[in-house]
Amino acid sequence: MPRIIKNENIVEDEWRLITLAAGETPTDVALPNAWLLVPLAVWLARREELVARQTPLGVWLDSHEGPEALASDLDRLSVVGVHFPKFTDGRAYSSARLLRERYHYRGEIRALGDVLQDQLFYMRRCGIDAYVLRADKDIEKALAGLRVFSDSYQAAVDQPQPLFRRRSAAEAA
Amino acid sequence: MYRYDSTDQRIIDERVAQYRDQIARHLAGELSADELRPLRLQNGLYIQRHGPMLRIAIPYGMLAARQLRKLAEISRRYDRGVGHFTTRQNMQLNWPQLEQTPEILGELAGVEMHAVQTSGNCIRNITTDHFAGCAPDELVDPRPYCELLRQWSTFHPEFAFLPRKFKIAVNAAASDRAVIRAHDIGLDLMIDEAGEIGFRVFVGGGLGRTPILGKPIRDFLPRRHLLSYLEAILRVYNRYGRRDNMYKARIKILLQALGVEEFARQVDDEWSYLCDGPTTVPDTEFARLAGHFAPPPWETLPAEDLAHSRRLHSEKAFANWVKRCVHDHRTPGYAAVTLSLKAPGAAPGDITDEQMLVVADLAERFSFGELRVTHEQNIVLADVRQCDLYEVWQIARRHRLATANVGLLTDMICCPGGDLCALANARSVPIADAVQQKFDDLDYLYDIGDISLNISGCMNSCGHHHVANIGILGVDKNNEEWYQITIGGQQGNAAAIGKVIGPSFYAQEVPLVIEALIDVYRENRSASERFIDTLQRIGSEPFKARAYAGRDRRRVAQVDSKEKELVDA
Repeated sequence: MPRIIKNENIVEDEWRLITLAAGETPTDVALPNAWLLVPLAVWLARREELVARQTPLGVWLDSHEGPEALASDLDRLSVVGVHFPKFTDGRAYSSARLLRERYHYRGEIRALGDVLQDQLFYMRRCGIDAYVLRADKDIEKALAGLRVFSDSYQAAVDQPQPLFRRRSAAEAA
Repeated sequence: MYRYDSTDQRIIDERVAQYRDQIARHLAGELSADELRPLRLQNGLYIQRHGPMLRIAIPYGMLAARQLRKLAEISRRYDRGVGHFTTRQNMQLNWPQLEQTPEILGELAGVEMHAVQTSGNCIRNITTDHFAGCAPDELVDPRPYCELLRQWSTFHPEFAFLPRKFKIAVNAAASDRAVIRAHDIGLDLMIDEAGEIGFRVFVGGGLGRTPILGKPIRDFLPRRHLLSYLEAILRVYNRYGRRDNMYKARIKILLQALGVEEFARQVDDEWSYLCDGPTTVPDTEFARLAGHFAPPPWETLPAEDLAHSRRLHSEKAFANWVKRCVHDHRTPGYAAVTLSLKAPGAAPGDITDEQMLVVADLAERFSFGELRVTHEQNIVLADVRQCDLYEVWQIARRHRLATANVGLLTDMICCPGGDLCALANARSVPIADAVQQKFDDLDYLYDIGDISLNISGCMNSCGHHHVANIGILGVDKNNEEWYQITIGGQQGNAAAIGKVIGPSFYAQEVPLVIEALIDVYRENRSASERFIDTLQRIGSEPFKARAYAGRDRRRVAQVDSKEKELVDA
């Protein structure tokens, strides 16, 4: 079973990632009997079929797809994946923050794609809590990427108070 | 100026450790060149024509004397004893070794400095007025706002991988000296009728391939909302800016595609969720930051120092320097001094390690231990007593820091160009040198008066040629260096983008063309007109005609179709 980083630990992964190969369409792609993380298009096309399976549900967003499309479905989803086609494509950071901060999604947000050690810290700050590291990378070593900085200036998902508010609170105390 | 507390210091120390580990993993083969590239760029490290170049951040241009001493030491120990100041008020070292860059960043961290986000597709160094805190026309000191933005943008987790680089500038004076409308976001500080401080927000300015001035999208943003509103702008840009074509990835292209109104609507929509959230800045934080920029202990002095006035009459060279390099100060008896880094024969913006030490000494002896780097690639000592100006001048002059050419033709902004930069299409420093040689007579320069001439070695426009009265752009045609000339650009409140006058010139023609343009000005000017005034009054045709007059006797450029497009654009 593949291993991923989840909540700062390395765990065996139950989920099966569905992608559309060339020629496959959302309506005809095979959905095996497993916990599936499906593309948004498959979810939108086959929501009822997926819900009827009575298994935990997961949907992943490509970098050009926003969480708005899932807003009314989030309470049914155990996992929302956010895809980084390249690690330099930063759109999924916004998607993750929106999922947490605007849509108050509390399930797992999973980074997929070109996921590398040196971006884990920013991903964690944006509310991503599971990471499928790129297969050629050493997952044990990558854990160090989650804890590069001991503090941050801005408010984000991991720390909703910006440093300037905490600084003034510390001074007042 | 801003001093780190233990948290600021720890974050920068941790950054050095992170970078050291990244370089070690790269050298061990665990981090590929492609994976390292964005990481090293966000630590200021480029791989250039001859090797690495390290761009060190000088937040909003402020430097303490001890920091400049450290830069001198670093440039001597790890480089060739020269630093280069840039239009983003940063310093570039052109000859460091890749393996030594973690050590250099460690040294910098020791004096509260870094190279964070001086490159890469992220929020870059914030720039502002080099006369901040001392300018007579200033509403409020912009530096606390710059520092607020520096902290907010440092390692912002959502905006580290934007479609393209992102530049922010702040102006807080009646005259804009920070070219704010040439930035992705330009912030113009205002005070409303109720006395509240806020900002007019311009978005979508930029030079580069598609030069355009920023458009106002909000007329008055109360300062407490500054960060949440910028977060909304950046989020819209991060999500919807183009990522398929790096030449169309700046926010200005998104703004053009959506239209200003629709862009502003999307920002407002996003902001409606963020407004009044935790990122709202309380007055106590503004007060804390302002405390770091408290005015130095100026003495109470007469507005006019008599000995100084006498010297202005008796020493012409000193008087010339004062005229060009000494500026009004908000406090009686004080002045701001520009130390020109545009001496004949020197590459514009270059400073030697020895000069750095001299400037550090001058700052300590005469200007409360601080100095500023200008986006025009000079240095400012902001708080010099009038009675000390003569001594400052004498010392500066001995070290080639007192060329009395600030604001004149030879005070050129110039990028490092093809001699060093891997992006450049043509060399720029030899052009600057040729212009300096052609116009080496100070009296002639004074006669020409206020004018700006900027040089960029490629379309990236680091030399700000678009906003110069005369702009020179290096272009590559069939592996030859050619130079396109624009006229009519300017900085300041009347900022404008210059227009290309026609087909490009080869290097040897450039000084002659400049001279031709100057001649048209001198023949047509009225007594009080600057070059730009005459140009605006009589139009560009006479200038174009003279620039190309007799050109058929020289080697003539083939106008290829690509260039025609540029000329027509």
